[in-house]
Amino acid sequence: MKVIKINKKDWENGINQSKKEYQLFGPVKEKDNYIFKKLQLDEYPDMEHKDTLVSPKSILFPQTEKILQTNLDESIDDHHIMKQVKKDYSKRAVISIKPYDAKAIQILNLNFDTDEYKDPYWCEAYKATTFIGLAVNNPSVFDFSSSTNTGPFAEQGLDVLLIDCSKEYLAKVLTDKGQAFLDVAGFNQETDNKKAIEIINNMKKKAENAISSQISTQNLKDKNTLDLYEAPFWDDIAFSCINCGTCSFVCPTCWCFDIQDETKGNLSYRIRNWDTCMSPLFTLHASGHNPRGEKTMRVRQRFMHKLKYFLDKYDNGIMCVGCGRCVKLCPVNIDIRKVCNLMNSHEPDTDN
Amino acid sequence: MNKLTQNIRELSSNLLKNNKVDMVIGFKKGTIPMAVSPMAAHNIEQTKEFIWDSNCGINLANFISDKKEKIGIIAKGCDSRNIVTHITENKISRDKLHIIGVPCTGMIDKIKLQSNFNDDITDYSENGEDIIVKSGLIEKNLKKSDYLKSNCKTCMHRNPVIYDELAAELVQEQKIEDQFADVKKIESLSIEDKWNYFDNLLKDCIRCYACKNACPLCYCPSCFVNESNPQWVGKGQDKTDIKTFHFLRAYHCAGRCTDCGACVQACPMNINVRDFTRKLIKDSYEIYGWEAGLDITKRPLLDTFSLKDDDSFIK
Repeated sequence: MKVIKINKKDWENGINQSKKEYQLFGPVKEKDNYIFKKLQLDEYPDMEHKDTLVSPKSILFPQTEKILQTNLDESIDDHHIMKQVKKDYSKRAVISIKPYDAKAIQILNLNFDTDEYKDPYWCEAYKATTFIGLAVNNPSVFDFSSSTNTGPFAEQGLDVLLIDCSKEYLAKVLTDKGQAFLDVAGFNQETDNKKAIEIINNMKKKAENAISSQISTQNLKDKNTLDLYEAPFWDDIAFSCINCGTCSFVCPTCWCFDIQDETKGNLSYRIRNWDTCMSPLFTLHASGHNPRGEKTMRVRQRFMHKLKYFLDKYDNGIMCVGCGRCVKLCPVNIDIRKVCNLMNSHEPDTDN
Repeated sequence: MNKLTQNIRELSSNLLKNNKVDMVIGFKKGTIPMAVSPMAAHNIEQTKEFIWDSNCGINLANFISDKKEKIGIIAKGCDSRNIVTHITENKISRDKLHIIGVPCTGMIDKIKLQSNFNDDITDYSENGEDIIVKSGLIEKNLKKSDYLKSNCKTCMHRNPVIYDELAAELVQEQKIEDQFADVKKIESLSIEDKWNYFDNLLKDCIRCYACKNACPLCYCPSCFVNESNPQWVGKGQDKTDIKTFHFLRAYHCAGRCTDCGACVQACPMNINVRDFTRKLIKDSYEIYGWEAGLDITKRPLLDTFSLKDDDSFIK
């Protein structure tokens, strides 16, 4: 594996170079919050950034996305025929994405790109995107990513992993896509690979050791689904829930969406919006029946999906990357780490 | 353990022991610094989990709507005013409640406090009006009064307005020079600047509805934003739809909002949604001399009228 050295003095110049071929997305600070957004010509990714409130999944899967359109004017030949909205899927790169958020993109990919179904909007955007990760040297207190199959220096889903070594970045080139980006940016200073890898591995160890929070997931797979479903702790967990969508909307792995048609004049769009299983409307049937009418059912669904159904379906770990956003932002402190550990250690009451 | 926590545990446990209530609703310690979680204690053992500190800013009146059981509830000033509102709006009857009042000296603005530190806050504790905050790098002793939530700074009802017993002695109410300085600042903007101000205010809204769901006033079985037949408002990120949600939510709170600030505390995007409700509080006060949730014998502002009401808006 090749490692490139990037002097921080050359960084902005490289970013400028890459903007000639790529649309760049990166974290910036706006109104005291960090957000991922498309970088304008005079904007640079904030390489010191803390977690963005909302995850960068929105770059590939926007909260609101027009997917189909039609014209209702009956004098036009193809009126009322829904057609795919034309979009710009030119090359783009996400800069300074954290390894756990890149892992989350891989989890979303499992849902949007399957043998059976391929979501064209996701697949096109995914294909066009290069992921330039930034290793996390100082994990936040909310970070529990080392127990969710990723970690502060994890490489899955990344094309390049940047490591901040104070005066310079070491760039681990992970894919051809990553190499192509570095070439365009003009980052090509080779370095003693063996020595660089050693430095990176030491920093990795240090960062992993700095993570103080862990979850246990090893028993989840063998747990009986109905035992977990009927576990006595759900009412207690759900008591404080106010049924807002904060957890789902800030989550990098929540993928559920709702489809809406919106019309203005003769122009009509089919739009998909992020949805959340915390909302009663999520499962409301046309008949008026709601299979998840009570909040406990909705809270249970969210955790069962992430920590059991997903695991059973894909056999690819849990649907949580340990970013800690929901832990930090839940207004009533419902903590997925606690719920996960409860589920992982749950033994059904055999007396009944 | 602080004295208040101790008293709350003792009073709650007595209520359950004497079968005066089926449950007591209060706060338990959270899993991260400065977080607390609403909980219901059904037995004496569970009351040992109750805590009280300046992070208990979520409004517990939100957790009693339509409850049929007999409930004990821990209520600071604003919670008690929302309990009054619940009673006058027939969401719960007074005889179903046993209110343990907590005189309050204000709640902490977590975001403001965190902005003092370069790394994450790892520990928080209180000693009276002092707070001791640690991060990985540094420890600071700070004055709580410098880090109050903005609604607490202008609060005129720190003491519960209704209670069956108190967990501490009543505190001195604040004297505020200009209670509505923030509203006046927005009022003084030109129409265009006002528009831009609200545009910018709502720019980051992700429509998670934490503001309305944390609000004790938002108890409709189905909120208009969740209606699908008919659908009153678009569900996406269209600016007009986002504004429609916030404007309508605010108007539904007119004459009812107690400025508890739970909406702002719950918002994950740090949007000061109180900018809307504050204007309505000011209007209610200036036009009708009304403050919400002070008296269970008074009908809510907007379902009553007086011949003395200002009618200058009818032209």
